[in-house]
Amino acid sequence: MKTVSRYTILIVDDSKLARMAVNKALNTLYPEWERLEAANAEEAVAAVKQAAPDVALLDFNMPGRDGLELAAELREANPKMAVAVVSANRQQQIVDRTSAAGATFLAKPITEAALGQFLKAVVQDRESRA
Amino acid sequence: MSASPPIALDELELDALTELVNLGISQAAHSLAEMAREEVTLTVPQVRMVPRDEAIRIISEREPSKLVAVHQVFRGDITGRALLIFPEAQSFELVRAVVGGDMPLDEIIELEQEALAETGNIMLNGCLATIANHLQRSLTISLPEILHGESREFFDLEPPPPPGDLVMFIYINFALRHRDINGYIAMLLDMPSMTALKALLKAYIGRVAGDVLAG
Repeated sequence: MKTVSRYTILIVDDSKLARMAVNKALNTLYPEWERLEAANAEEAVAAVKQAAPDVALLDFNMPGRDGLELAAELREANPKMAVAVVSANRQQQIVDRTSAAGATFLAKPITEAALGQFLKAVVQDRESRA
Repeated sequence: MSASPPIALDELELDALTELVNLGISQAAHSLAEMAREEVTLTVPQVRMVPRDEAIRIISEREPSKLVAVHQVFRGDITGRALLIFPEAQSFELVRAVVGGDMPLDEIIELEQEALAETGNIMLNGCLATIANHLQRSLTISLPEILHGESREFFDLEPPPPPGDLVMFIYINFALRHRDINGYIAMLLDMPSMTALKALLKAYIGRVAGDVLAG
């Protein structure tokens, strides 16, 4: 077996509780994945440059830069990374801008089912290209 | 400096409350955007728990002019009042933003009370209902009432709050149809409600973070 199954995921959210909620879901879904956390855009940029994660979950509503602006910046640094923008703000314009940016929209609060579906798609996409 | 609040929320409890307020306001923005058929942009709400006098001071320092507030009372495990407050000068802007820009002034004036009540109702209910749902409690929420005046008057409504009451103070900024409207949401809680809120937040954190909490 290839060890391709061990992915690195970056969780970006200014709320510690929101990051804990994602960690809880990951404990069930993909406990073996390596996790990185960032509480703001600067930490996220640094993490992407340093560790080149496979997947990033970005909170939309953060102080400073919003999740979509950050998505564009992180993609530039790491074009292969899959990105989901997580937001409680389900306005159509935001959902549209998310898909235009090549990212997946995930509604907040994030559910294990929705996160599982997104990550499964990421894994399948990666493995089909491997 | 004022004395520290008698019942303080710890860092994670305040984080949880901020997340809930964020969810609630996002929900409200979604409803407003549907009403106005336009995107509503929001800043991240800043949530603080402050004594009542400090809330009055913060608003009167930042907003020297007259204010308008939408006021609703909520009852349940947590009982208190919620106020959406913004400068009176912005109230026409808000009404225009919600109903559309090309309406004549006399019609806007006529609609002002109604539009304010409706907008306030959406914002405050969005917050209160979201918080209540996530805390797995129900609240009854009164109809909105419009108040004009100064911040001290809004925080001294009958029956008079006992000294030591805390205010959950939320600063928000939202923009609609290229108009910038800044406002405040204040929720006044009495001491038993504050104790109840702290316990409910603790339980909520347990549900959300689960086994991660122990680690």
